[in-house]
Amino acid sequence: MKLIKTGTAGTMESNDIMVTLEPRDAGGITISLSSSVMQQFGRQIREEITRTLAELEIVNAAVDAVDKGALDCTVRARVLAAAYRAGESQGYDWGEQ
Amino acid sequence: MDIKSIFANIPHIDEISQHGAFEGTSKKRMGTFAERSASQNKVVESLEEAIRRSGLRDGMTISFHHHFRNGDNIVNLVVGKLAEMGFRNLTMAASSLSGVHAPLIEHVKNGVITHIETSGLRGELAEQISRGLMDFPVVFRSHGGRGAAIESGDVHIDVAFLGAPSCDPYGNANGYSRDDDHSISCGSLGYARPDAKHADKTVILTNNLVKFPNAPYAIPASHVDYVVVTDNIGDPKGIMSGATRFTTNPKELLIARTAADVIQASGYLYDGFSMQMGSGGASLATARFIRQMMIERGLRCRFALGGITGQIVSMHEEGLIDRILDVQSFDLDAAESLKRNRFHQQIDSCYYASYLHESAVNQLDFVVLSALEIDVDFNINVLTGSDGVIRGAVGGHPDTADGASLSVVVAPLTRGRIPSVVQKVNTIVTPGSTVDVVVTDQGVAVHPDRPDVERKLREAGMPLCTIQELKERAEAVVGIPDPIRYKDKIVGVVMYRNNTVIDVIRQIDEDE
Repeated sequence: MKLIKTGTAGTMESNDIMVTLEPRDAGGITISLSSSVMQQFGRQIREEITRTLAELEIVNAAVDAVDKGALDCTVRARVLAAAYRAGESQGYDWGEQ
Repeated sequence: MDIKSIFANIPHIDEISQHGAFEGTSKKRMGTFAERSASQNKVVESLEEAIRRSGLRDGMTISFHHHFRNGDNIVNLVVGKLAEMGFRNLTMAASSLSGVHAPLIEHVKNGVITHIETSGLRGELAEQISRGLMDFPVVFRSHGGRGAAIESGDVHIDVAFLGAPSCDPYGNANGYSRDDDHSISCGSLGYARPDAKHADKTVILTNNLVKFPNAPYAIPASHVDYVVVTDNIGDPKGIMSGATRFTTNPKELLIARTAADVIQASGYLYDGFSMQMGSGGASLATARFIRQMMIERGLRCRFALGGITGQIVSMHEEGLIDRILDVQSFDLDAAESLKRNRFHQQIDSCYYASYLHESAVNQLDFVVLSALEIDVDFNINVLTGSDGVIRGAVGGHPDTADGASLSVVVAPLTRGRIPSVVQKVNTIVTPGSTVDVVVTDQGVAVHPDRPDVERKLREAGMPLCTIQELKERAEAVVGIPDPIRYKDKIVGVVMYRNNTVIDVIRQIDEDE
């Protein structure tokens, strides 16, 4: 997927994560993460973000994520939504796993 | 012959008298009681004067109670004055400390306070101690353990500084006032009483000087040396609110309902039983379901113990609970009841939970307790958060879990992304061998040493699982957390109720 503009998804509520994706021409994926559970789950949140972007074949992007204890499924959902918005894409595959 | 001549000839006189023969009396007082109260009493003009007269020196131990909770001004007022007077290297033996005590950070940095003993720590002071503020580890004791340490002399208090919402000129002090002033009330002074009894010198700070005798009193005049009158002993809003409200959180209500079912099925809910309800939404809510069961079955509770709330008071007033033993009043309803109800008895922390004698916790049928973390060996942490930072209190947790025939620990299986049931707790406060049943919103686990309880719960048709299964259910939802990183430095030592060391707290490692 090609990112066209800045895309955001999520909220600052407990158990949610607010993800902002900015397009980049180079430099790979950079993740700026703050989390209320950084010590225990920071590594896993980064992995989930990286994995989700890789599935969408996004190789260059600046990710800003503010986590309030979101589960992995929530992290994935917010990254996907932010990416589709940033890519101005409506072609969700609702059946995808 | 007069007595002085006879004295030397009395056989064994050295063993009989240490004070010699009678030499006459001092001059008789002839003023009225009212005049004496105004002049010959223990009131000193200022805190500074009381400190000076107490004989406090560098390196000594001072003590405080935490009945004013987050509205307390005594600790900051006294330690601020001690700093101003140039004292150093003091040990602070508080019954507990909270967020309002952040100014202690400066006094630690300046060497005024070099040792801290407490039941709990919260807020900025706790954060900084977890990050290595102090060289000497903070010593955490349970309420019973602290009482025992003071009784036995393990902790020797040189000067106790105790706030009291009412006091007379001779030092009879209380947590409420029988006279007209109602500005500040904290109910029971249970954690202050051992201090007053055992300290070398006791200073009462009060905003409300009443006529002698301030009866009933929590602290008798015979345990008090100086009385200081000062307006600002605490903020009533921080000390206590009207009534502890029932939780409306459906998860907590589910846990509470299940906990009440566990208690009933295990056979400890019978006519004449005894109980304690810990603080925290689910454990408090359990009382509501217990009440319903009592009414349906026509049962009475002989006594309710512990931190007392308005709920326990209303059950007492509707005739369901015969006696209340109150070491700490949690809300204004409880404080008012202590004043109003004859069978609502104030007790001190030694009577409550000292292991040195048969204390009240040993008479408990059941206790319902909260937990931050529970591990697969049933060990409980109520002191350090999931990030390893101190943010809680030992309280009476290990005392009541050990004393009660059935200890029920209630917790949601997960809090946000943080699991409550884990492989190993960050800090052991209550050993698993004293925990009988763990109740979560996702299942109930019985300690393997209690097959009797497990059989009864199964007979009652309650679904049970193992503690390992609870841990796996939590992990299936939130994942497995990475372990907290600590440095080597020990910042806290946790004492079990018999004052043996059960665990340590290390400085957290936040380096990238």
